[in-house]
This record gives sequence, C-alpha cells and structure tokens, in this order.
Amino acid sequence: MSELGARFREAFAASSGRGDGPLVFPFLTAGFPTPQETPDLVRAALRGGAGGFEIGVPFSDPLADGPVHQDAYTVALNAGATIETALEACRVARQTDPDVPVTLMGYLNPFLSYGSSTPSSEADPGDALAQPLEPLARRAAEAGVDGIIVVDLPVDESDAAREVLANHGIALIYLLAPTSTEKRIAAVAERAAGFIYLVSLTGVTGARDEVARDFEAFVSRVSMLTDTPLAVGFGISRREHVEQVGNLVPAAIIGSALTATIASAPDGARAAAVEHYLEVVTGRRSEETAT
Amino acid sequence: MTRETGAFGPFGGQFAPETLMPALAELEEAWTQAQADAEFRAELDGLLRDYVGRETPLTHAERLSEQLGGAQIWLKREDLAHTGAHKINNALGQVLLARRMGKPRIIAETGAGQHGVATATACARFGIECIVYMGEEDVRRQALNVFRMGLLGAKVVPVKSGARTLKDAINESIRDWVTNVRTTHYLIGSAIGPHPYPVIVRELQSCIGREAREQLQQKIGKLPDVAVACVGGGSNAIGLFHPLIDDPVRLIGVEAAGEGLEARHAATLSAGSPGVLHGTRTYVLQDEHGQITEAHSISAGLDYPGVGPEHAWLMLTERAEYVSVTDDEALDGLKLLSETEGIIPALETAHAIAYATKIAPTMQPEETILIGLSGRGDKDVEIVRDALAARER
Repeated sequence: MSELGARFREAFAASSGRGDGPLVFPFLTAGFPTPQETPDLVRAALRGGAGGFEIGVPFSDPLADGPVHQDAYTVALNAGATIETALEACRVARQTDPDVPVTLMGYLNPFLSYGSSTPSSEADPGDALAQPLEPLARRAAEAGVDGIIVVDLPVDESDAAREVLANHGIALIYLLAPTSTEKRIAAVAERAAGFIYLVSLTGVTGARDEVARDFEAFVSRVSMLTDTPLAVGFGISRREHVEQVGNLVPAAIIGSALTATIASAPDGARAAAVEHYLEVVTGRRSEETAT
Repeated sequence: MTRETGAFGPFGGQFAPETLMPALAELEEAWTQAQADAEFRAELDGLLRDYVGRETPLTHAERLSEQLGGAQIWLKREDLAHTGAHKINNALGQVLLARRMGKPRIIAETGAGQHGVATATACARFGIECIVYMGEEDVRRQALNVFRMGLLGAKVVPVKSGARTLKDAINESIRDWVTNVRTTHYLIGSAIGPHPYPVIVRELQSCIGREAREQLQQKIGKLPDVAVACVGGGSNAIGLFHPLIDDPVRLIGVEAAGEGLEARHAATLSAGSPGVLHGTRTYVLQDEHGQITEAHSISAGLDYPGVGPEHAWLMLTERAEYVSVTDDEALDGLKLLSETEGIIPALETAHAIAYATKIAPTMQPEETILIGLSGRGDKDVEIVRDALAARER
C-alpha cells in the first residue's frame, strides 16, 4: 500500500513542476442529473483539464450547502443515486487516469449507513462510528478513492473514523474555515494527510462574485501551522478566482458553478458543457471564447 | 481533541460543519460561566417568576381520573406559562445567554410555531432582532402562530426545501448560522442538535420536573408512580424526566405514530434506527441508504425524524420507555381532556394524554400518573375541527 495521500502529493508536485497554475478539482454530484450520465461527466471533466476530483454523495439534509447543491441532491436522489453511484464515478476517474487524485465527499449519515444492515448500537462512541465505516472504507479503496471528506465530522469527532479509513489507505480530508481557531487548526495539522480543504468564506456552498477578502489572511494563519497542501473551495466559480487563489494554494475546488452549468445544459450536451467549463476555468481556453 | 463530554453514551456529540465548531465552543463556555454566575440565575429566575408566571400549577385531573377508573392523574400545567407552552423557559434562558455572548441577532426554527412564538416573545422583551425559519407546510398549518410572531416583531421566513416542515426549518436555520455565525445565536427549541444544546435545553426545561416533583410531594406526600410526556425532539419530556431520573418513577415518552407505525409516522425511537442528524448522533427515521425520511404527525410540533440524544440514551439504558399513539388516538385524548377537565391541550400534549388514558385503568386508585401538559391547544383548533369533520365523513 502506498503512503497515505501519495497521489495528492504527486499531483501537486507535478503541477508545481509544470508551473501551469493551480490544479482545479471539479465537484460533481454523483447521480446528477441521472446516475447514467455521471461516468460521462467524469470523463468530460478529465478531458477539460480536471486535476483531481470531488465526487459528492447526495444527501437529504445538506445543511452546509446552498440552493444549487440542495436542488442537485434532490434531483439525484429522485433519479435513484446512492453511494454506489458515487463509487462508480470514482472508479471511472481512476480507470481513465491512474494518477488523478480522487476524493469522495458527503455527509456522515449515508456513509454510516453504507453496507450495514443493522445500524450500530455500540455503547462506545468511537466504535459507534468506526464499525459502520468499515464497509465504506473497503469499497472506496477498491474503487481507487484517495481521500474522503465528511462535511459534518469535525476533527473533534474524527479519530476513530480516520483510523478506519487509513487502514484501507484512504486519507480523511479535514476542512478548516475562516472561523477556525489556532487550536483547531493545530489539531487538524497534526492529523491531516492528502490535503486540507479550506472553506474560503463563512457560509454555505454556492458561487460568489468575489473571493472572500480575508482569504489571504486565513491561508497564512493555516500555512504557519502545517506543511500539508491546501485546497480552497466554496464560492470559487471563475478563472479569475482560480488565478487569484492560485497564488496562495495549489488547488481550487469548483462545485456550485459547475453544477449550475450541468443543470442549464440541454440533454445530450452536458458532457460537452462540462468539458468546456473545465477548459475555461483551468485556463486552457481563454474566457473570451467562452459562451 | 477527542470529545469526552456532551455525549450520552454513544449518542450526542458534535457532528457539525467546521465553520460552526468555534461557535459551539463559545456557547459551551458561555453556558458554563452562566451556570456558575448567581446573577444569571437570579435574572432568569426573576423572569420566570414575574414574566412567565412560574411556578406553573399542578392540577389534579379529578374527573378524568374518575372516568378512567384507575390511577390518579396530575397535570403539570405548562399550558399556563406565558405564550401557552413550555418553550418559553428555554427561549428566555438562551436569549440571556445570547446577550452574555454579545450576539445581537437571534435565529430559530419552529414546527408548530410555539417555539417561534416563545423566541419572538423573548426577543421582543429584550429588543433583539429575531428571524424564525418555518417550513412552508407548517406556515400553512399554523397560520395563527405565524401572525403572532409577526405581531411580536419577528420575521418569519417560510422554508421551501424538502418536506417543508420542522426538519427543513432546522436545515435552513443552520445554513443561516453558518453564514452569520459571528453575529448570530441559533436558539434551538428542542433538546436536539450538537453539544451543548441538548444539555442547555434540558437544564432550562428542568424547572418543569423540579417543580412538579415538589408540588406533588406537597399535595400527596409522594412521588408519582409514572411520569408521561410527549416526545418530538423531546424538550418537555427531558425537562419533566430529568429531575426524576434517580427516583423510582416509571418514565414514559410518547411519540407520534401518525397514521400508524406501518404507514406515515414520526415515532423515531419506536421505529427508527441510530444515525446522525442535525449535529447529533441519535435515533432517526431513515431509509436503507441513510437518507432521512419524512416524518408525519397531525401535530406539527412532533413532526420530526430525529429525537434528542439523551432520550436515545435513556431508551438504550432502559431508564425510560418510549411508546407511540396515532393521530386518531391523540384526537380522542384532546377531546377527552377538554370535556372532562375544561382544558384544551395542544395536539402534541394530546399524545401524552392519550397514552395515559390507556394505562390509567390498569393501575390502582392510590397510584399516580404525572402528565407533562406541555402546551395549550388554541393554535390547533382549526386542525382539530377539520380532522374531526373528516373522521365523521
């Protein structure tokens, strides 16, 4: 088994060697708008220049997400999306590109419920989380997943879960927010592998006109305490945002704007829209030719 | 950094987005300091006495007891508290906390509207900005309470996502909090959510059980044999149960079985399974993929697919029992209490009444049942009228 988070490190190193700006990690909601289309959208994103992936597991109660992702989750769930849909998307990414780092992202409850016919009533709080995550960790590793982000699993509650994932070679990816205290940043720094996900703003997911003004200060607060690579998400939607944050961090994550692009593309044209959008935000195609 | 407090065995905890974690720590700190501060206690006690009207009476339901022909039934009258339900106890306490933390803006979720009204009331009392999230379906079902909140100066925001009920109102409140956390206190209305909320709400509601315990001892010289309360999120139940937890008293929480446990219901402990919802590990209603399913109850206040984590713990440790009654049974309970005692209870409360009427006849006349009469039924008369009319057709 390779070292935890090795694919992230290699991808960041290669990108820095090429000097072609930050990596762009598209966030794709598994099963949006249908489970059948997801593999095509993954391949299209890779053609467009995706430097990594976040594959999102839709959830009925996404309390950190804005309206674009709420709607996408509802559509995906109604179309029959499950964690299997997300794992299949990860597998497709892995098969298409053996080096691309792949992250599974979601809320805790579906992850806990995966593969367990009888929910845990373990009396020990750690076991109550760790045991149910074992089937997910195993299947995710088989699908080629490098990291898992759990939106509602803060560092305080994460030790048992991190261990289960690490046993299968998967890094638990931590989030930090502008509100995170030094103590919390240090706790994450001590445990992080792969990369640390910086939530650029105090708010829910969704495209914004500008990168949060205090983002640079936030990055420097975190950089002082860790060498783990940083990726930024929430509110990043345009090439200019990517260039702006690219001066500070090696990767940018784009979610809602991509989801909106998929939502507004007509049947049969979604893969092309994803590819085009990725080309623009990665700088392979100039903004002027974007329509 | 592993949490060691705030978990009820395997239940409870802090499963919240990172953005909120510092605010939860700040809240815990403020709460701990407030608890140790005699001035805070004195201010809250003064408000509860002179503004809410505590202590609330303990009423012997003589005609109801006689008609059921078994145990003596006593009612802890939270319906007589200011705003007509127990929710005000928690709302005032948390508004005082928000003031200590210097948060000028309060948000709250509401289902039936009782917590929204209580929060709007407490905010009006202190001149604090108040925003209440309420599912669109509940806005329709509880139009009177929506109007009351408006009169009290609160802004009610209808929530259009999901089933448009309490669960979705909580999601939207959390989204607001994630965005405005630096200036805003989220005033959760039930003993749910991430730590320290379940503890704060329990402590602020424990006046119910403390008073009832003392009042009953004064009146009949003993503790109740059984204490019964309805459970949605479970704040009035935990407030009644907690002061009795070390006593030899049977504790029974009554959930909403809606149209029946095989159909649509809100009986989370009776028919759900462990999971994580709204920041806490507890029992939830979910499908085989871990997606939260929609709850149903005739009572908007019980219409929630989760439950306070301490109740899950009390069930696991077998310290409390959890049962359920249907919409129909609750309607019967509401009618019976209205006719025998001249008290129209809230539909939520009617669930506790309905279960007590089942067990009272099996008990001895010298035995007692203490019911948490959590709220009054004025807000529900329209729903009750329609439901009774539908039943007669």
